[in-house]
Amino acid sequence: MISGSETSVPATPPVDRLRMRAIRKRFGATQALDGVSLAVRAGEVLALVGENGAGKSTLMKILSGAYQPDEGEMWIDGRSYQPRDPMAARRAGVAMIYQELSLAPHLSAMENIVLGVEPRHGPLIDWNRTRRIAVNAFRQLGRSDIPADVPVGRLSVAEQQLVEIARAMAVGCKVLVLDEPTSSLTRKDIAGLFALVRRLRDQGHAIVYISHFLEEAREIAGRFVVLRDGRTVGEGKTAQTSIDQIISLMVGRKVEDLYPRSQHTPGEMVLELSDVAGAKKIVSASLQLRRGEVLGIAGLVGAGRTEMLRAIFGLDPVVKGRIKVGVYSGPTTPARRWTQGVGAVSEDRKREGLAMGLSIAENITLSRLPLLVSPRRQKADAAEWIRRLAVRCGGPAQKVVHLSGGNQQKVAVARLLHHGVDVLLLDEPTRGIDVGSKAQIYKLIDELALQNKAVLMISSYLPELMGVCDRISVMCRGVLHPARPTREITEEQIMLEATGAGATL
Amino acid sequence: MTRTANPPEIQAKPRKRINLRQALNVNILGPIIGLILVSILFGILEPRGFLQLGNAKNILLEATIVAVAAIGTTPVIVSAGIDISIGATIAVVSVCVALMLNHHVPPALAAIGGVGVGALCGLFNGGCVTVLGLNPFIVTLGTFLAFRGAADYLSNNNIVYAPPTWINNLMQVTSHTPLVPWGVWLMLALAALLALMLRYTRFGRHIFAIGSNEQTARLCGIPVRRAKLMIYALGGVFYGIAGILAFAYEDGAGDPTTNKNTPLTAIAAAVIGGASLTGGQGSIVGALLGALFIQTIRVGCQELQLSIGFQQIVTGLIILAAVLLDRVRNPPSA
Repeated sequence: MISGSETSVPATPPVDRLRMRAIRKRFGATQALDGVSLAVRAGEVLALVGENGAGKSTLMKILSGAYQPDEGEMWIDGRSYQPRDPMAARRAGVAMIYQELSLAPHLSAMENIVLGVEPRHGPLIDWNRTRRIAVNAFRQLGRSDIPADVPVGRLSVAEQQLVEIARAMAVGCKVLVLDEPTSSLTRKDIAGLFALVRRLRDQGHAIVYISHFLEEAREIAGRFVVLRDGRTVGEGKTAQTSIDQIISLMVGRKVEDLYPRSQHTPGEMVLELSDVAGAKKIVSASLQLRRGEVLGIAGLVGAGRTEMLRAIFGLDPVVKGRIKVGVYSGPTTPARRWTQGVGAVSEDRKREGLAMGLSIAENITLSRLPLLVSPRRQKADAAEWIRRLAVRCGGPAQKVVHLSGGNQQKVAVARLLHHGVDVLLLDEPTRGIDVGSKAQIYKLIDELALQNKAVLMISSYLPELMGVCDRISVMCRGVLHPARPTREITEEQIMLEATGAGATL
Repeated sequence: MTRTANPPEIQAKPRKRINLRQALNVNILGPIIGLILVSILFGILEPRGFLQLGNAKNILLEATIVAVAAIGTTPVIVSAGIDISIGATIAVVSVCVALMLNHHVPPALAAIGGVGVGALCGLFNGGCVTVLGLNPFIVTLGTFLAFRGAADYLSNNNIVYAPPTWINNLMQVTSHTPLVPWGVWLMLALAALLALMLRYTRFGRHIFAIGSNEQTARLCGIPVRRAKLMIYALGGVFYGIAGILAFAYEDGAGDPTTNKNTPLTAIAAAVIGGASLTGGQGSIVGALLGALFIQTIRVGCQELQLSIGFQQIVTGLIILAAVLLDRVRNPPSA
């Protein structure tokens, strides 16, 4: 059931736990939010979806008190809610769990849980009550197995996330917002998280779930709200709506084929790994990549795929085996790889892929600057790539940090295209970016293969590997399995190989 | 896709000031306005003497040594490094130049030798930072003590007086000086050279990339270690030149205790001029203006006959204000 944006949420018999009405927010010339309304009831999970830049994070920042809305009203349990700052939001019972966790890694779980609201005996910390609060919170989450006194830095990412949720519970949260909570979790941890979210839902919490993974959002949420260009463009029950319908609402057009794979004709060999072992994680990797083909690397997070790519690109040392790029082999550096016509896109745009504080032009031209640099030329070159890749920005001089994830990724890929590489090593090229940008990147990869370039693509998202790649190879615990043509394997087979026969965890 | 098919928001409205800012690379309007404001302030407080050409020349001359150090250390700061051995390097160089002149080395050779000593000091710092992978603050804290010690050792804890040569004229007003002493012109020329280098050469752009995100620089094939080594060595060359000017300013004497406060003043000048201590931002013109700004306050306070302690309090507070301004302009989360 999909309704237009004009009709606001129908009044339901019980009062909504959280209600936001006609929220507007303007930043300079940009109308970030243009009348967004949504409501969540107690005991309900609401999926908030939309492309990057649709206004999800602005809306959540208003909810959490980080921004004040220009117009619009909010209520919690029917009472007007106007947080002046994040602390006020926390007191009112709004808790946010961000993709990047905000824990103090050297402190224990219980210290993190009471951080800022430490129970005290006069001036001293009441350690007994601290422990009790933590233990109770973990019990409420059904995870009493998590140790309360170990530094959280030693816990797994999934457990750290749990500590953060426990912190929200400990201060009596009414509305829990989960922002891309699964992006760094394994499949097993995701199942655990979902069980937990359902448990909290059944305890009567109102949960807002933000994710790019629509399958997941559909699985966990009862209702969804779609934002586009700062407006609510649709909402409905997930059970009655297909993913394709949600995507059409998000991108504002009919979903054409997301994966436009043409017929590729593999040519000469450009990259060959023979039984390569690395200093980190890679046990044995052999592969062959030819011009005009797209080779996908599947596997679990932490299987060693990124490390293999880093070894190929000369960022990490190789301890055994041989990597051959064209006619070159032997020890290498990123600089040599670039001159040999190989370029890499990092999985971590913020920390490695892009210089966030520099302009689009600087980032695109960085690997191929002439001895004497002409800023005008740099900008002209960048403007050309901005046009060809349809990067949404204010111009080549704009800082990369101000772009949305999808547009940042286009800049990262544009660097390779500007350099004119023949072999593209792409590590999770569509991670955390919106559907529209994803479709453009898939199309680009296909065009590159048609232009006789070779693409090696790592991805944890199987549908895109199946849709984009000619062959797929699975890595499991540092061992790369032989590649097979995509049409000869299924997603289930890949998952089986990736998890390893009889493997725990 | 053609240009016309682009969504309308791409056609950003042209903003008038942006071109000037971009031409100067960084927002240097702040220091310019600050400089004008303090000049007006002192002009009002001290109406007889302050706003005069002679005073402006004096400020320029007094600011020259710090300015050379500040512009030389700007690339270090832009690359997200830091060098606090500046003053010690200046002291070693000025003592070495005096000693060489005393040993009848021709002045030109002594000057080149001084620059060489500065470069060696910088190379040593850079080597410790890159090859040994040590934190630049700790490295230069160590070399700051070591270089200062070397200056004391070489000079036997005494000021080394050298016979007068043309080097002394670099910082003196003589009948031949064009408007201001040659040292000031040298400083301005060096600033122009370095500003062009940062903006228009590959090496210059690499410095910004390394400071903005070293991992990205590595990914893009930039030889990060070699570049850093060169950045510190280049800094050393500039401190060497500052050392020669310090020697000239003392009328041909190598003083091992000279320029005690220079490192902090130079770094402060760079920061006032828009450099970010987390790297990736900074400009030579800004650093130059920052040095002039600090010196203007100092001279102004002197003319109002305020104590040296008071001058330092004012300078310190202004540095804090500049950093705060930077924080407001570039919030850490953005």
